[in-house]
Amino acid sequence: MAPLTRADVEHVAHLARLGLTADELARLEGELNHILDQYARLAELDTDAIPPTAQVIELENILREDVARPSLAPDLALVNAPGRAGDAFVVPAILGGD
Amino acid sequence: MAGPTGASDLTILAAHDMADRLRAGETTSRDITAAHLARVRTTDRGLHAWLALDEDRAMVEAEAADARLAAARAEGPAALGALHPLLGIPVGLKDLVSVEGGQCTAGSRILEGYRAPFDSHVTERLRAAGAVILGKTNMDEFAMGSSTEHSAFGPTANPWDLDRIPGGSSGGSAAAVASFQTPLAIGTDTGGSIRQPAAMCGVVGIKPTYGRVSRYGIVAFASSLDQVGPFGRDARDAAAVLHAISGRDERDSTSAPVPVPDELLALPASDDEAASWLRGRRFGLPREYFVDGMEPGVAARIREAAAALEAAGAAVEEVSLPHTDYGLASYYIVAPAEASSNLARYDGVRYGLSVRGGGEYIADYLATRGEGFGPEVKRRIMLGTYALSAGYYDAFYLKAMKVRTLIRRDFDRLWADGFDAIVAPVSPGIAWPFGAKLADPVQMYLADACTLPVNMAGLPGMSVPCGLSDGLPVGLQLIGAPWSEVGLFRAARAYEGITAGAAWRSVRPRDLLALRDPAIATPAARAAAAAA
Repeated sequence: MAPLTRADVEHVAHLARLGLTADELARLEGELNHILDQYARLAELDTDAIPPTAQVIELENILREDVARPSLAPDLALVNAPGRAGDAFVVPAILGGD
Repeated sequence: MAGPTGASDLTILAAHDMADRLRAGETTSRDITAAHLARVRTTDRGLHAWLALDEDRAMVEAEAADARLAAARAEGPAALGALHPLLGIPVGLKDLVSVEGGQCTAGSRILEGYRAPFDSHVTERLRAAGAVILGKTNMDEFAMGSSTEHSAFGPTANPWDLDRIPGGSSGGSAAAVASFQTPLAIGTDTGGSIRQPAAMCGVVGIKPTYGRVSRYGIVAFASSLDQVGPFGRDARDAAAVLHAISGRDERDSTSAPVPVPDELLALPASDDEAASWLRGRRFGLPREYFVDGMEPGVAARIREAAAALEAAGAAVEEVSLPHTDYGLASYYIVAPAEASSNLARYDGVRYGLSVRGGGEYIADYLATRGEGFGPEVKRRIMLGTYALSAGYYDAFYLKAMKVRTLIRRDFDRLWADGFDAIVAPVSPGIAWPFGAKLADPVQMYLADACTLPVNMAGLPGMSVPCGLSDGLPVGLQLIGAPWSEVGLFRAARAYEGITAGAAWRSVRPRDLLALRDPAIATPAARAAAAAA
């Protein structure tokens, strides 16, 4: 697989919503490529007929009764909010304008 | 009276001995708790095992435990016998376990100042048993790391050698138990984060079967791998904690409806009785776990432990786990992928650090996460985001999940062949000097080569002390089939029994009373000196 370029690293950082400095981007380019080199050996294994394991315990459809029950009180749920307006979190505007 | 490490006679006791004295009315939880709090105050400048102590709350809990003990004593032996062995015993919690109203930093700046609005399941269970929570222990940021050097609040030192790392990510918990600051502690293990620091600090630690302990209220790292477990200085103590925290919890959908075995509270006190369990048992010794570059002293201790088990009547056979060598690569796809998804929640809107980026809303996320996360967490988020990104999913994540199947089948074959457990090294080496593996992340990752396959397969794995190499502790790993924790603890207790008289058992960490000296260098200063 072709090595990650600086532009690839910047693209992934944007997808991950990580604001990185130029120094961090440069260091990560080298480190990520070094780590990706370790992944290459997985290609040695023929896994075409092997089913994937996403989780290891055989539990399925763990559901509770569909009835309302007490939850965190609003004051408690909002206790760590960086910005609060009444019983709501202040969120950044995503639609533009005011 | 000072013990060999300067611990007072109360702090040097095993938790089960404290429990006996509490029931006999020979001491109180208040005295036990005060002795441990004093021990932390006098030694932690040099160790930095703790991120927070709650002395007032601990003393209130100790008083409540003493009241329960007094009431049971008045009622009679049956009431005393019904009390959980953890009643009145101090415990430390890794700082990713929620305690209502308390801090829960997960070792990260992004959660500095956060107050947990509720107790974790583990916290609830410890409280129900009557344990006394002393405070929160240091850790690698978001449990990502093998040395505790990735804590945003500075590293923890190894009580055996203050210029070395205690292992990680639960390094604070392991160091606190090893240095007699607390008899018991809680950690989490995603790729070795309980077993590896237990090995490097010379204490017992177990990662239970995936699904055994609820993760409700515990900061998530990689949800298909994370499991909570105990540290203690012997098998009986760790087993009692596991008994308290295990069991079904509907608030974690991966919590399995499997009964909690009471045998965890009935491990033999007698060394001979414990050792007799070994006769006719069958252990596998996987050749792939003796990895390239392993320290000879570690390999020698593991082979000596295997020989001791054989001498006591068990069969130890060399076996193969052929896909071990692919564990590291597949783990370092699965774990970062899940981490990148779990850590998306730190957006600066609902809790935690919030930084204005200036401009559009994305700038706020970039600034908050760029400032709030440390270098190892950023590395893992980047790796995971890349592995899950368009066009790479099949090559990385799907491939890693298939390799995970192969790793699991390796173990399944041994259980089907009738092996009681696998004995193996925990780590290829002993505790290393500060800074030795910081420059190359892959070197740090390799420290977990013998532990992370166990997480990939969801199995219980344990570390028990098995001697010293260059004067520092070595851990023997015991790996079992799903839900076989009782068997692992019987094996561990038996191993303690057959090595009870070994010379290395009388060697303890250095005299930690020297840490009372206010001029003693902090671990952060030692790490900085190592880097210079």
